[in-house]
Formats: sequence, structure tokens, C-alpha cells
Amino acid sequence: MHNKPKEALIHMSKRKALTWYQAWGIRLIAIVAALIVCAVITSITTGLNPLEVYATMFAGAFGTKRRIWILGKEVAILLCISLALTPAFRMRFWNLGGEGQILMGALGTAACMIVMGDTMPNAVLIPVCIIAAVFAGAVWALIPALCKARWNTNETLFTLMMNYVATQLVAYFVIVWEVPKGSGKIGIINQSSKAGWLPVIAGNRYLLNILCVAMLTIAMYIYLTYSKHGYEISVVGESVATARYVGIKVGWTIIRTLMLSGAICGFTGYLLVAGTDHTLTTTLAGGQGFTAVMVAWLAKFNPLGMVLSALLLIFLGRGAGEIATAFTLNQSFGDILTGIILFFIIASEFFINYQLHFRGHGHNGPDKGGSSSAPLASGRAPEGETDSANSKEKREDPANV
Amino acid sequence: MFDIVAFIPRMVAQSIPLMLGSTGETITQKSGNLNLGIPGVMYVGAISGVIGSFLYEHSCGGSAEAMNPVLTIAIPLFCCLLGSFLMGLLYCVLTVTFRANQNVTGLAMTTFGVGFGNFFGGSLIKLTGSDVPSIALSATSNAFRTSLPFASKTGTIGKLFFSYGFLAYAAIIISLLSAYIIRNTRVGLHLRAVGESPATADAAGINITKYKYGATILGCMIAGLGGLYYVMDYANGVWSNDAFGDRGWLAIALVIFTIWRPDIGVLASFLFGGLYILYLYIPTGMNLAVKELYKMLPYIVTIIVLIITSMRNKRENQPPASLGLSYFREER
Repeated sequence: MHNKPKEALIHMSKRKALTWYQAWGIRLIAIVAALIVCAVITSITTGLNPLEVYATMFAGAFGTKRRIWILGKEVAILLCISLALTPAFRMRFWNLGGEGQILMGALGTAACMIVMGDTMPNAVLIPVCIIAAVFAGAVWALIPALCKARWNTNETLFTLMMNYVATQLVAYFVIVWEVPKGSGKIGIINQSSKAGWLPVIAGNRYLLNILCVAMLTIAMYIYLTYSKHGYEISVVGESVATARYVGIKVGWTIIRTLMLSGAICGFTGYLLVAGTDHTLTTTLAGGQGFTAVMVAWLAKFNPLGMVLSALLLIFLGRGAGEIATAFTLNQSFGDILTGIILFFIIASEFFINYQLHFRGHGHNGPDKGGSSSAPLASGRAPEGETDSANSKEKREDPANV
Repeated sequence: MFDIVAFIPRMVAQSIPLMLGSTGETITQKSGNLNLGIPGVMYVGAISGVIGSFLYEHSCGGSAEAMNPVLTIAIPLFCCLLGSFLMGLLYCVLTVTFRANQNVTGLAMTTFGVGFGNFFGGSLIKLTGSDVPSIALSATSNAFRTSLPFASKTGTIGKLFFSYGFLAYAAIIISLLSAYIIRNTRVGLHLRAVGESPATADAAGINITKYKYGATILGCMIAGLGGLYYVMDYANGVWSNDAFGDRGWLAIALVIFTIWRPDIGVLASFLFGGLYILYLYIPTGMNLAVKELYKMLPYIVTIIVLIITSMRNKRENQPPASLGLSYFREER
């Protein structure tokens, strides 16, 4: 087969859709490979043997009943944010403003709890808080959505900036409401009266949060898969032109979906303030607005799949935290491991979507890419003469070994 | 009173990391790659420099006399460039070669990079088994902060223009140079073509992969220098976790604010640097809360610029048309 020197060593083409078990098989291989790399890195830094690394991580995440509940609570919060972002992502609207929308929801909740804490019974205060949180989150998402619908403003950058405006707004109110004065902290809101706190059910303070998010997951799955709105979202995501042609109001779909997205983010903020933390800080969301982007993407924007991907990321975070504590290393160790796993999974998507053909393995007509543009590459650009297909594909070589 | 002579040097020092970060990101975005990993890259650049110089200072026994002045600068600089080079390479392999989603890749890189920085910043002393209480690279920092000899003798003028370390001047030169290259050279033209319409550029014989790799990696290396400047010059060689803060995101905001032009970026960084510390100088009395609102200014200004550019819809002020999209030749 070496009589054709122009033929690339590896040629890639788009795959036909894989069955779900093949796709998940590839992802599983990637996760296992990533876990091996993580174990090696951990044993280099700590001197543990790799099996012990994972034993420690499991102990950190599932070791005691209390740890399992904390794990459940954190999965619920992360899942809730991911659910919020999903409708927007399905529409190819990159809502990176989850962080800010959560903070606004939290701010709305805290405002109600502080200002109206003593004036009404809990049965009234809780719905008022929820409405305030949902409204604040929705407004925060509505602003970029309106600009996107009206002027096609870049939503990735817009929502990103809104996070920091929200952060500073929260910082402002934290100082306004600080207790005691000069501490720069709000402290526990309504500690004695517990006004506005979510009730503890079945003796566990995290259970209600988890149940709320579980219901939301199912509702979101039904909304996206079986409702007319869900269908419209998918059509707008695939092709705006098609959506217009079939009579979908694109602008309204964007605005409606983003308000939903922001509202659920706001609700997450509510859960954080009224359900678990009972305080307001600028770091309340703790970067989870961004982590949720990856959770949603890992699950291919499928709400049920997100339960697993959220669990995976929280497990890693908490497990790595345990290792860091045990070896008095920095807590950021978990971020490194999470990053490595994400890189592997991101790379694995390539092998799900694309197929590689090696030279001389029964693939007819390779190098389609090279030949299709060859007549056009007639010397307008001197440095364009290298066959990009060749150089590109050679670079991929080590990755496939 | 508003002390302008004290304000300007601090403003400039504050603006240099932003300038380098935004210049790097502009070059990257011109190739159509929206690298949201820049905050992570800047952390990695900073901590790589710190690791290099920490090990070097350590091997010299911590005495400034034993250190070779050239190596004192060269080692952190090389480590920083290497670290950010590797981050850029990673981003390119994933997004250009593997055609992964750029937003997800970028965010993963930020998670990784910030974690990497904080982890090694917090654990370096333990990992190397040394007995110093904190990472304070005063000897290296002094080398980085060395200003021109006549700066202290020329009074106010010297303080305003000559009192900075060499990386500050390098940042301005890099920004102006990249603005010139992007606008006025063939390489710049090709780069813009790749960012606007890779299919067209490909048909014209431009090697898309080469340009995307080149621009993104170069952009990361420049941004990484911003991190190095922050820790070695601005922070006097003292590493403290999360001290770098949200400057990486602010650098991305600057890219929009400057409508993708690094030469405007020089002035805009000064402006943002000024806005970033303005709250320290505005007399608000005891009302600390209002200061928090002033910190919002750079972001609000950026949002307004973003909306206005999209409203006016002038072609030369738009983001590169294929920003955030990966290119696969056989898929048209």
C-alpha cells in the first residue's frame, strides 16, 4: 500500500450514530483510563499505592452515613444547577451565567428572610422566598436573553459578565446586612426564630433538598422530551432557519427558555440559603455554575444521565478532598483530578463522533479532504502548501496508540 | 485628596496582567477559538514560574548572592512559558484535533488550572520538604522588579513612566506588536480569515490547523506571562492562594471591550486597572458597601460595550464569525 505516497496514515470521517451501549462503552473506557492516570498522579504525590488511593476516596465519599448524606446534598445542588442550564444548552444558548443567577436567587431569598422574617408565619414566608428567588434568577437570565433575541448579542460572554455583577451586588448587600457590624459577614440568618428555613423532614436536614431536586429532574425530563416547548427548544437549537420556517417564534422561545433556566438557578439559590447554608456569601455558588456546564454536557443534556455525571464529579471532589486532608495537602487536589477526568471524557467524545481509518485497512477513497480542496489551493497563499490533512492527522497518531 | 501620582503606578501595575491576558485571548479568538481556559492558563503560568524559581532559590540556599542574575530571570520565565505552552497545546489537541466543545474544554481547563495553581501553591513547601514558612521569592521578585536606574532620580516623571519591571514594558510592546501583526501583515490576514470563515480560508489554501494551534498556543503563552507578572512583580514574589482572583475573566471581558484590538487593549487595560482599584481612592467615608458596587464597573462597562457593538452591527466590531465553532473540513 505504500505506492500511494499522498495517502494519509490516518484518515478520519464522521461516524454514523453509534448505539447507546457502544457510546457509553467508549466513555467508560475513557473514565477508567482517567481514573488510572489520576491514581498514578496521586500515588506520586502522596506515596500511596493506587488501590489505597481509591479506597481512601471511597471512604471519603461514602465512608459514614453522614458523609453519604452530604454527598447526596451536594449531588442534589449540582444536579439542580445542571437541570437549570440544560434547556438553554439544548437550544445552543451557552448560559455560563448559572453562578450569577444562583447568587441572585440566593440574594432574593436572603432579602425576604431578613426583611420579612418576623412579620409573617413560615407557611407564608417560604412561598414568598421561593417567588422572590425564582423571580430574581429569571430576571438575571432574561437580560442576556432579550439582547440575544433582539440583537443577537453573544450570550456566552454576556452571561459570563453577569456573574460578576451579581457577585458584587451580593457583596454590597452582605455589607449592608452584616451581623455584627464591621464583620463583613451576614452570619446565620434568623438563627433563633428559624423563620424562612426549610423544615427538617424525617429527621434529616438534607432530605427535602434531595426530594425537590429528584422531582425537578423527572419534570425536566418530561418537559424536554414530551412537551411542545421541549420540541421547539430542540428545533431552535438545531437550526434557527428551520424553526422560523415551521413557524416557531424564535425570539420568544429564547426568552421563555432562558427565563426557565434562570428561574431554576434562582431556585437552587433558594435551596442553598433556606435549605442548607442559612447564610449569604459571595462564594455561595462556589464555581458550581461552571461545573454544572460540564455535568450537563457529559450527560449529553439528558436530565437522567446528569444524575450519574453529577455523582461522578461530586464523588471525585469529595474523595480527593479526603486524600488531601489525610496527607495535609491542599484541598484543590480535587480540582486537578476533576480536570484530568474531564479532559479524558472530552477527548472520548471525538472517538464517539468520528471514525479513524488507518492506511491500508480496506478503506477506499481516503484523503477525501485533501483532494477536495487541492484544486482550490492554487498558490494564493505560499504557506498554505503543506497538506493540512496530512499534518493534522499525523499529530493525532500518538493519541490513538 | 485624589493622589494621581500615587494612583497611576498602581493602576499600571494592576493593568499589566489584564493586558497580557487580553492580548493572548484576542490572538486566540482571532483564530476562532474561544478559550475560556485563560484564567486557568494564567494560574498555571504563574505557578510554573513560582515552582521554577522556588526550586532555584532553594538550590542556592536562599542567598541572593549565590544566584546568577540571568538564571534568576530566565528560569521562572522559561517555566512559565512552558507551563502555559502545555496548557495551550492541551486546549488545541482537544478542540482543534478532537473537535471538542470549546466552552466545556475551556471551563475544564480553568478548573484544572486554578486547582493546579492552588494545589502547588499550597503544597509546594510540603512536597519539597523544605522548612520555610511560606512561598516568598524575594530575590527573584527583586530581579523582576528591577526598573531603569534613572527611574528614582527623575522625580515624578520617573515614577510615572520608568518605575516598572521589564515585563510591564514587554506587555505593552507585545500588545502593540500583535495589533500590528493582526491588522497589517499577511499572517494576520490569514489568522483573521481562519477565525471568520475557516472553510473559505481552507479553500484559499491556508492551513487551518496550523493557524489555530499557533494562535492559541501563542495566546496562552502571552496570557501565562500575565500570571507571572502578577506573582513576581505585583505581589512581590509572594504566592497566596486565590489571590489572582477573577483577573482572568476580566481579561476575557477586556477582549470584548476592546472590540478585538490589542492596541486599544493597552489603554483599555489601564482603564480597567484603574477601575479595579478605583474604589480604594473614592472617598466614601465609612460606607464600605458602596465600594463593592464600584467593583462592578468594569463588568457593567463591558456588558454595555457588548450590547452596543451587537446593536450597531458594524462589521469590523463583531466577534470573529466562527468564534467557538470547531472546523471539520468534510462537514460543510
